[in-house]
Amino acid sequence: MPELNLTSAPAHLRHGSSIGQPLTRRDGVLKVKGQATYAADNHPPGMLFAVMAVSSIAHGRVTSLDVAAAKRHPGVIEIMTPDHKPQLAIDPEIKTNPFVFRMEVLQSNEVRYANQPIAVVIAETLEAATEGAALLAPRYEMLPALVGLDAGESFVPPVVGVGNPTENHRGDIEAGLAAADKRIEAVYETPPQYHNAMEPHAIVAHWDGDNLSVDMPTQGLMLSLGRIAELFGIAPDKIHIRSPFLGGGFGSKGLMAGPPVLGLMAAKLVGRPVKLVLRREQMYGPVGHRAPTRQRLRIGADGEGRLTALDHHARTVSSTFDDFYEPAADASHTLYAAPAIRTSHDAVRVNTGTPLFMRAPGEATGSIALESAIDEMAWACGIDPLAFRLKNYAEVEPITGKPFSSKALRACYDQGAARFGWSRRPLQPRQMRDDAGFLVGWGMGTATFPALMFQAEARAAIRRDGTGAMEIGAHDMGQGAWTALAQIAADAVGLDIDRVTFKAGTSDLPDAGIAGGSAHTATAGAAIHSAGAAVIAKLADLATHDERSPLFGAGNAGVIARDGRLIRRDDESRSESYTEILARAGVAEVEARGTGAPNPTAMEEYAMHAHGAVFAEVKVDPELGQVRVTRMVGAFAAGRIVNPHLVKSQLFGGMIWGMSFALHEEAITDRRSGRIMNANLGEYHIPVNADVPPLDVVTVEEHDPHVNALGIKGVGEIGITGSAGAVANAVWHATGVRVRRFPIRIEELLT
Amino acid sequence: MKQFDYVRPATVAEAVAAAAQPGATYLAAGTNLLDLMKGGVSRPDRLVDVTHLEGLDRIERLADGSLRIGALVSNADLAHDAGFAKSYPAVAEALLSGASAQLRNAATVGGNLLQRTRCAYFYDTASRCNKREAGSGCDARDGENRTHAVLGWSKSCIATNPSDFCVPLVALDAIVEIEGKSGRREITLDELHRLPGNTPERESALEPCDLIVAVRLPPAARGFAAHARYLKVRERTSYAFAIVSAAAALRIENGKIAEARLALGGVAAKPWRARAAEDVLKGVAPTADAFREAAWRALTDAKPSGDNAYKIELARRIVVRALTLAAAGTPARIPALPASPFASTSGAIHA
Repeated sequence: MPELNLTSAPAHLRHGSSIGQPLTRRDGVLKVKGQATYAADNHPPGMLFAVMAVSSIAHGRVTSLDVAAAKRHPGVIEIMTPDHKPQLAIDPEIKTNPFVFRMEVLQSNEVRYANQPIAVVIAETLEAATEGAALLAPRYEMLPALVGLDAGESFVPPVVGVGNPTENHRGDIEAGLAAADKRIEAVYETPPQYHNAMEPHAIVAHWDGDNLSVDMPTQGLMLSLGRIAELFGIAPDKIHIRSPFLGGGFGSKGLMAGPPVLGLMAAKLVGRPVKLVLRREQMYGPVGHRAPTRQRLRIGADGEGRLTALDHHARTVSSTFDDFYEPAADASHTLYAAPAIRTSHDAVRVNTGTPLFMRAPGEATGSIALESAIDEMAWACGIDPLAFRLKNYAEVEPITGKPFSSKALRACYDQGAARFGWSRRPLQPRQMRDDAGFLVGWGMGTATFPALMFQAEARAAIRRDGTGAMEIGAHDMGQGAWTALAQIAADAVGLDIDRVTFKAGTSDLPDAGIAGGSAHTATAGAAIHSAGAAVIAKLADLATHDERSPLFGAGNAGVIARDGRLIRRDDESRSESYTEILARAGVAEVEARGTGAPNPTAMEEYAMHAHGAVFAEVKVDPELGQVRVTRMVGAFAAGRIVNPHLVKSQLFGGMIWGMSFALHEEAITDRRSGRIMNANLGEYHIPVNADVPPLDVVTVEEHDPHVNALGIKGVGEIGITGSAGAVANAVWHATGVRVRRFPIRIEELLT
Repeated sequence: MKQFDYVRPATVAEAVAAAAQPGATYLAAGTNLLDLMKGGVSRPDRLVDVTHLEGLDRIERLADGSLRIGALVSNADLAHDAGFAKSYPAVAEALLSGASAQLRNAATVGGNLLQRTRCAYFYDTASRCNKREAGSGCDARDGENRTHAVLGWSKSCIATNPSDFCVPLVALDAIVEIEGKSGRREITLDELHRLPGNTPERESALEPCDLIVAVRLPPAARGFAAHARYLKVRERTSYAFAIVSAAAALRIENGKIAEARLALGGVAAKPWRARAAEDVLKGVAPTADAFREAAWRALTDAKPSGDNAYKIELARRIVVRALTLAAAGTPARIPALPASPFASTSGAIHA
């Protein structure tokens, strides 16, 4: 484990509370100095290199591999193929729980998508393994590839997302539309997108008899541990996974995918440590992606601009062999108070790796369509887009009628609009130009993401030397968990952050749950908070039951833990240090565990969501069609903000991704072969520094007593929602051209 | 990776000799070649590393007023040479609009001239590509081709040359100095790149062993310094190839265009010199009408090779804009967003 002992805000500036302080990330210096050890940085003695050979066809079967040629290549040790591989304990096609997705680990010669692993070459050097993979020169029996949103007969999947109903409705859509004064119907398309984390999937696997040591980036240590144990038929306590740092996950490293399993198999086959790192283009297939969508929105509004009906249908794709359906239409459940709402989905199967979770799955795709359609409806009604949203502000969650646990969206609208200067926006499009003659447009979108909680456990200890420890198998994907969770830990045990040893990132620590769903800080934080409370309670027992303690008999009054002391709640002059209490009791340390979990009663009672409002300005060259985002303001209400500095960075990242969604990102798929033609960072465009304008993030004060003990809602994904629509709407406002296929391309604006 | 020999000759003569072996190829910075090798697109048997050759990294002003740029001068060094940028501003602007700062620090003048197309089907070894494998077919023709050629393409190949640097160079009549088996010779840059015809695998006029040792800008090239721009439309502000670009250079005397130079990038297998458009502009006043007429002439022979008809109209508009910008005068400093339509946007601080 790396030594994490860095402080950027001195204790005297923190006023005794770590939560809420804008600390810089505690692992920042390690990262800047190249000392943060990512999975692929590990080189155990005797390690070999494994390289995957992947399919160049999208559908068919491998009929031959020139194993002999590959084996002859100097340095090549072994070739793992469907005919030559360690046996797994269970069939990887069996879905043992809803979070198991099918993977390709050489179980057959069948090819189900392009870039599917079809063999693994293990060699003394990366170069030898790479050439060995090329020498396999696979031959195929090719079958026609299913490509695109019209690839075949559509069907209605049983569920979308993670167990969401495929269809939802409230009220009578057709009646609502019939009664409307104004109606719009529009179809929006979003492309397939890939996570493109800076760090590719990587694994260093080392078997020692039945003991398995794994270095691998994962957003879900325990899920990975369980899946490995199940696949290899070994006890979970024989497996040790280290994942101290991830170079981005965005959902792609949440669940065990095929390639790391191949790394484990390769190490088993050769009986030596093996490293397997995916090449960038190999990331476009076996490790998930965001599925394309085609979304049809039908909206009605009365003469006052109040919604009468909101009908949102999404077509998406899944793979030919597994089921994950981007729940895009569900974005219409929570934001706008239409008396009639219907959301529905259908899908076709295509020859692709199974689409999976990608930052705001469903929310991001659904948001750009919904926010565009709301913008179109506002225009149809002749109402300012912000005024239109306020007119249709949902006081209760529209699809369920439940009250919100908290909702400071109105404040987000107000503060964001004021910061942006929205009130000066002309209603008509194509009205504004800058001094250089560029068209200028202003657009907005509402952001929303559910406040989720999973389950986690943490272990806390207080030691006789007056220090504390907090242990939880949490994941830092770059979002700052090393820092934010340590802040919560410090407050939980009443110590300065530098007095608490915070351990995370390995599988021998208590289960922190998955770092997904924007729920990690809330979930792990709740466990840490409760473990801290439990250990303080034990310490308090030692003191309040001991006649020699100044706190004797304070049991009913209670004590407060602060700065390494327990202080009698009703008489602050009576206190005792942790050190004194433990020394007198003659124990080296006290420890306790605590859990974090969703509160089912609160969930039953309340709708829980974070909200935000994003405002964007774009400039468009009137003749050449090139678009440039020139400023963005986002105001977000996401409950308690543990670390404003890190939260701001998370929201910046989300807003940039939203802009990327509107203007840049697309995996270009050859319509005949199903191959992705831009599987590299040169041609799969994401914004570069020069594309990113000054960004302004406002975090709006919001106290939520229901979501969890700390009132945290999570900020990991919300930034992308609202932002994509805001940019798209700004392009319309600049040009008067409504582009409904994303990303918006230059040719659409060459009017 | 395929095993290959690596040799590092000390002199140009040794380099040319070392390249005589079949399967040999020159390696300069490798910003394109190494990617091609990693992708299995190029599989050379021998790399002849020319980066240690003496005397190829100089920028020299010759007695006759021309400028000689050694083949190993880096894109960044050339673009940031104050004297160069002042005399050939459109070339400097084109250089700074290409790739990323990191790539420009590595990439060389000679290598840039020989960079390969970015056609995805050329890079994807599972696709048919006449350029990569002669006679295998062209999967780009009916494929994803919205960025492909609209000028000079053939049924065999619709790929484009991606260079920014070459566009103003060809406009300024740059000359390429080549060292080969039979000694030194020179050709114009316009002659260096070939159109695909039926042999798209032959991309240049170079013969085996030929090594580009320098690029020369003739004396007349600096006559355009006051009115020269490069304009590049792309899908993000930096680190993206041109959808269409144009270099425009004017010599304006007494309110009339004494001489015009115009070339387009991203439209053909070579940097596309638009001589017919230049002729239209000779001797006329620099007006919007004249520029529109020139744009029309420049694209007379254009036709879509796929889902890219928009590129023809876009190219016309870029020509008009580039000429308009050139006529307005070269800015005192290269814009913070070089060659971008948003170059004039204030507040931009980096590319």
